[in-house]
Amino acid sequence: MIIGGGPAGLEAAYNIAINGYKVTILEKDNEIGGNIKKWVKLFPDFGDAAEIRKAFADKVNKGNIEIQTGVEISELYSENEKWFAKNGNNVIYSADAALLATGFEAFDARRKEELGYGIYDNVITSVDFEEMYKTGKILTAQGTVPKRIAFLNCVGSRDEKVGNHYCSRVCCINAVKQATEFKELVPDAEAYCFYMDMRMAGQFYEELYRKSQEKYNVNYIRGRISEAAATFDKRIQIKSEDTLTGLPMKMTVDILVLMVGIESSASTTELSRQNGINGEYGFAKSLGLYISDNLTKKAGLFLAGSCKRPLTLPETVADSRAASVQILNYLKLN
Amino acid sequence: MTETKKHFWNEYQKEIAEDNFFYERSCIRQSFFPGSETIFLKILTDDLGKNIIDDPNQHTCTGIGYHSDVVPFDTTMTVVGRLFSLMKDSGVRNYVPSCVTSFGVFTEVVETWKHFPEELEKTRDNLRKATGREFDIPENIAHPSDIIYKYRKELKEKMKYQLVNRHTGKPLKVVEHIGCHYGKIFSKHAVGGAEFPQVLAGMIEEWGGEVVDYPERRHCCGFGFRQYLVMANRGYSVANTKKKFESMKPYKPDFIVANCPGCAMFMDRWQYTIAEMEGITYDDNKMGIPVLTYEEMAGMLLGYNPWDLGLQIHQVQVEQLLDKIGIEYNPDDKFIGKSGKYLGEPEKPENLVVDYGK
Repeated sequence: MIIGGGPAGLEAAYNIAINGYKVTILEKDNEIGGNIKKWVKLFPDFGDAAEIRKAFADKVNKGNIEIQTGVEISELYSENEKWFAKNGNNVIYSADAALLATGFEAFDARRKEELGYGIYDNVITSVDFEEMYKTGKILTAQGTVPKRIAFLNCVGSRDEKVGNHYCSRVCCINAVKQATEFKELVPDAEAYCFYMDMRMAGQFYEELYRKSQEKYNVNYIRGRISEAAATFDKRIQIKSEDTLTGLPMKMTVDILVLMVGIESSASTTELSRQNGINGEYGFAKSLGLYISDNLTKKAGLFLAGSCKRPLTLPETVADSRAASVQILNYLKLN
Repeated sequence: MTETKKHFWNEYQKEIAEDNFFYERSCIRQSFFPGSETIFLKILTDDLGKNIIDDPNQHTCTGIGYHSDVVPFDTTMTVVGRLFSLMKDSGVRNYVPSCVTSFGVFTEVVETWKHFPEELEKTRDNLRKATGREFDIPENIAHPSDIIYKYRKELKEKMKYQLVNRHTGKPLKVVEHIGCHYGKIFSKHAVGGAEFPQVLAGMIEEWGGEVVDYPERRHCCGFGFRQYLVMANRGYSVANTKKKFESMKPYKPDFIVANCPGCAMFMDRWQYTIAEMEGITYDDNKMGIPVLTYEEMAGMLLGYNPWDLGLQIHQVQVEQLLDKIGIEYNPDDKFIGKSGKYLGEPEKPENLVVDYGK
């Protein structure tokens, strides 16, 4: 029984099913795919998200995988070495083992009130950017082509004020990707990325970061934005400090994109709490980081993907395969 | 107001006592806006029927000295302790400081005592040794603007006027400005929090006006204590005020309302200074943008005589605003004192036009 039909859940379902076990995927949305559904292209190589999603869907299109969508699990518990999941309508699903693959939710940018998300129409999030990018255009709320856009990193990450000290790990490179995409659409516009540190640790990240500057002329400013406010003509005035020059700066942009961080999903937090595996910041806690990262202190309950911590898509897939092996071992031995 | 704004403002609701208040007057407000404190007491007692103590033995909270780094925090805590001892003597438990900086001082001191109980004991000891007095920590500390906000609906029912332009029927556009020490020390003590404070916005919207959300809404009024108190820094003070006015100008605000003595004072008086320095004003008629305290705004709409509210003491003359709303006033009484004596008229500046209306 896999709770969550995103990349982690789908990859695990495939790997367990081809070993001859019956798998049930319980997905709260009406479609499988998880957070990939919201993306158009993926960093760092601009892979087509729809194609990748389709590849996942094809993998789980097998006779011994049952997919239940629109099922939000509210209770997860074990009795007599069996695992049970109950939804809001008191429908109970049972299995010999359970995999928590409940993923992440994007940080709710309204919590950073000073940045004006949900108040000013031209302040959007990186998730909204993707939604707009699906249309093939990036336009202001007034329907005009932006002449200047700013991306702000670390919205909801590395931020004591909102209680998230951790780095979400994907936002820096995603800002580079989205700034590049914007410049491809509107070559004459100016694009600025405000950052604390550019964490380009993944393969090909540094190359894309460099390309964004050399080929697309994206400007990177080391500083957080302290506040955003709408001007009379509905543009966004932002204040920051360029910490490399030590000077305060004020700028008006047509769109401000908030690179929202990764937070534990509500399901992750609640189901982890019910089973005593709740870790830091609402994420699920594995038994150990090095050799038992997919196990929990509850026999038969496993973890995969970003329900544990922020992970990229390739990391999630690899982690899900590792979880599959642990589940197969468990099923064989019990 | 969008739903989102409402959503977050609702998270920052604070507890405001209903009755039985101890009022502490401001050091400077009685000379800056001589009618405001009196009218607040009248509104509370006459219009709302509340009990509020106005103790003649009260004194400074040290706020200006404290925020100018000339009064040490130990002294401030002891002086605050003495004010709380006066409240204890009066028998009420809800403290209401007129000044926003006093409000900031009290919330800061009480929060300090909560986290460092040894500081509370030290303060009790210091006060005992110096005066033999004892004090209790108030059950509730609220700024008077909180109380007016809390009773804004009840007051609306008694109001003779609304914040509506009688010529156009449209809501007046109002710039609201919150003192830094109201919400920026502890946003949890501000109605609506520090980013989108609701305390004045709530009054404006309830009473028919429209809040102007301009880019420099959160920017300092220009007072900033040491920006002004140190004479060499006064250029910063004027520059900050100028930045705000340039930002609000395109919205053509009808007036400004503030809940801090310094903010109302400087946004009013620096308009004259900027007009003299640069020959500019921020309205279309060269008369400046009137600046009111929230008590003056409430009193004006309740139908109190504008000259009893002390509106004639402002730098930017208010007749343009009174005429827009349709408030009745007698221009001949403007400079007649409470004793009935003619007080004389101030000089009329060249660049900030004075028109006494009617």
